[in-house]
Amino acid sequence: MRANDISRTIASSRRDFLRLATGATLLSPEFALRAQSTDRANKRKVVVVTFGGGARDDETFMPGGQENIPHLISELIPRATFFSQVVNRGILGHYVATASLATGAYETFNNFASVPPDNPTVFEYFRRDRGRPAADAWVVAPSNGFHRIGESANKDYGPKYSAGVILPKRLLASALAGSGGTQYEHLLRDNYENPLHAPALAGNQIELQKIAEILKLSVDDFTHHARSLASPDELSVYVAKQLMRQLAPSLLWITLHDIDIAHSGTFSLYLEGIQRTDRLCAELWNTIQSLPEYAGKTNMFILPDFGRDSDTEPGGNGFQHHRTGDAVSRTTWMMALGAGIRENTVVSRPVESVDLVPSIGSILGFDARRSQGKPLREVG
Amino acid sequence: MLPALIKPEHFSRYPPLARELATSNIELLRRLPLAYVSLLLREMIAYDWKFPVERHEIARDLKFLGGLPNASFEREMAAFRSLKLTAELEAFDWVNSPAAFSEKLTAHLWATHQIDQFRSSAVAYMNHRNESTPDIVPPIPRLGIAVIGQGVRETKYPLFRKLRPHGVYFRQVKASNGLATLLNGVSARASRHAEPFAHWYVDGGGWATDHLPAGVTAVSYGALATVRAELQRQMQKAYESGMGAEAMRSLLARMRPEDVGFDVSKGDPVLNSFEATLLTEGSGTQVFATTFVQWAAREALRRAQPSTLLARFAPRQRERPMNELLEEAKHKPDLDPHGSLIDADMGAYYTWLNQQRLSGAQPARFLAWFEDHEEAVAIGPGFDPGKVSGEPVELASLLGRLSD
Repeated sequence: MRANDISRTIASSRRDFLRLATGATLLSPEFALRAQSTDRANKRKVVVVTFGGGARDDETFMPGGQENIPHLISELIPRATFFSQVVNRGILGHYVATASLATGAYETFNNFASVPPDNPTVFEYFRRDRGRPAADAWVVAPSNGFHRIGESANKDYGPKYSAGVILPKRLLASALAGSGGTQYEHLLRDNYENPLHAPALAGNQIELQKIAEILKLSVDDFTHHARSLASPDELSVYVAKQLMRQLAPSLLWITLHDIDIAHSGTFSLYLEGIQRTDRLCAELWNTIQSLPEYAGKTNMFILPDFGRDSDTEPGGNGFQHHRTGDAVSRTTWMMALGAGIRENTVVSRPVESVDLVPSIGSILGFDARRSQGKPLREVG
Repeated sequence: MLPALIKPEHFSRYPPLARELATSNIELLRRLPLAYVSLLLREMIAYDWKFPVERHEIARDLKFLGGLPNASFEREMAAFRSLKLTAELEAFDWVNSPAAFSEKLTAHLWATHQIDQFRSSAVAYMNHRNESTPDIVPPIPRLGIAVIGQGVRETKYPLFRKLRPHGVYFRQVKASNGLATLLNGVSARASRHAEPFAHWYVDGGGWATDHLPAGVTAVSYGALATVRAELQRQMQKAYESGMGAEAMRSLLARMRPEDVGFDVSKGDPVLNSFEATLLTEGSGTQVFATTFVQWAAREALRRAQPSTLLARFAPRQRERPMNELLEEAKHKPDLDPHGSLIDADMGAYYTWLNQQRLSGAQPARFLAWFEDHEEAVAIGPGFDPGKVSGEPVELASLLGRLSD
């Protein structure tokens, strides 16, 4: 079977399942929302959650996998427009792929390099075109490798239009500096891309105090609460909620990463990661609904950065990695929820992961001029 | 340097058998495009530590390519030749470091969106080669056995979901000494069809018997404890030095068996090398017993293509931060039997998939058994796909039917 056929088959099974499970309607290709006026765009907010790092249909939307995503299926999909065939044609490494999602262009830098993306990010487009202050765009990212994702190397954009980037684990490491912190080590694990490697998390006291002030959170409260959390993604969501309550940014990007424990080859821990991510996505949506600054005017996008290798791809080792570039690892899904978006609807035509940024542009009123993607008419 | 410029002296640092092989095929190597020759050299440089089947596969490549008329040869290599590489790649010492070159080449192909072309070229080439030269068919139908769930008293996890559609799911399997029964079965096959590296036993703990069966290649997570401890020590040191992910991977890839504590004066050098690569090239194999067994079974099947394989999964340590996982040798870790059962259930499925990728898939047989419990799946001729049996059956009887 050719890659395109495989992608279509994957999308078809997701679509059929959703129609059965939720009674979702299939949206005709002609459907389009009208363009947003500037006034409406001023009031809109967008939260992006990457269902990371890398989950397959086998463990999510396929029979046998659905038990791992009860919140997505029963709570979120009925409220969402679901894109059942989202193809990622870029490099399948988490940092470079997430950067590609954030720029709407397939970035080509070394996944392990500490470099900014080449193309302007969604945060820079938003802040420059809309004249928004720094406090209005934030990223909560999982590991040290993601600390350059808030701004690009593009000379027309760059630092003056960047997003604030919070690496919760680095904050926690900083808060625990000198105290040992053995009760927190489960929250400090870092890069799963190579599970042999866990780079030191360098904390910065100045950064800690500054962020603590922004979040209106004492360092003691932060560390005390962290003790009750089970994983790095729970820490990220906790910080994201604080940001929403204190600053209510118009553009918030949360990169989840627990699922990438799959690189260790332990299937049970990979499943636990999916189940936790499913729960955290629902928690974020409920938080959006509960906050007056967000309720009724926010769009939430949930999408994996990419999939993982197929069981039948001989060059890979199934769920463990995403190295082969096969159709299963490149074909994922996306759900869009909230203001102005049709509920319980499936879009089965193929779209690309780089379409996300221009689509956000049509909601928030900016031009993603260097993106390789196109605005999705169903969410504009 | 481009392949056309290779000289015999370039192979002076190769081990003896590899050097002889490379120099005797130098004319062919000179005709190959860089993207392909580096792949072939990655296999050839390790020829001295390859299993018999792997040596046959290299010979098969050389014979296939060497026997092609010029036009066909160019057609086979056209897609590899059309890949756009860089001067930096050409200047790399790909003759002596083909594995490191391969990493750089892969990164380049991803970054330049040529990875799909490379992948499809490689698949097409392998298909043509396999059509032109026959596979080695095993002397007896292959038999794979996966034993899962050691230490689990009860579970609500639905076992063998992925295997059941391919065979009969038995719900009343009786076995008073099941593991010994299975080991005896492996031993009997090894004695009837003795061949180097044709019969394997992989264990995620220590050995299940004091007397390993003759003619069976045995690998275990427990038996490699000393080696793993040394490797974990070196990894911990590298980790504390702040080494990056790629550098760490390269460091591990360069390690030889003696670097991680193998006594190279003892044992089989081919097996020593295999065990070392399980730990230096595998991901998670150093710290998780379940991952070790799944990967060892995969690599044994892929590389040695055995007639018989018994893979017994054992409980892995609980998930903890990496620095604690790496201290497994210093502190007896907490185990996670139930999580390990779920890992092993998937590992059993992958072991079957990997067996079915080999020649002789049609008559091949497979047994997955929940250790010391009554659940098992049997796959092979005579076992109807998707059938469920509630009839009592002895494990020895099942094994007998699979071994016929």
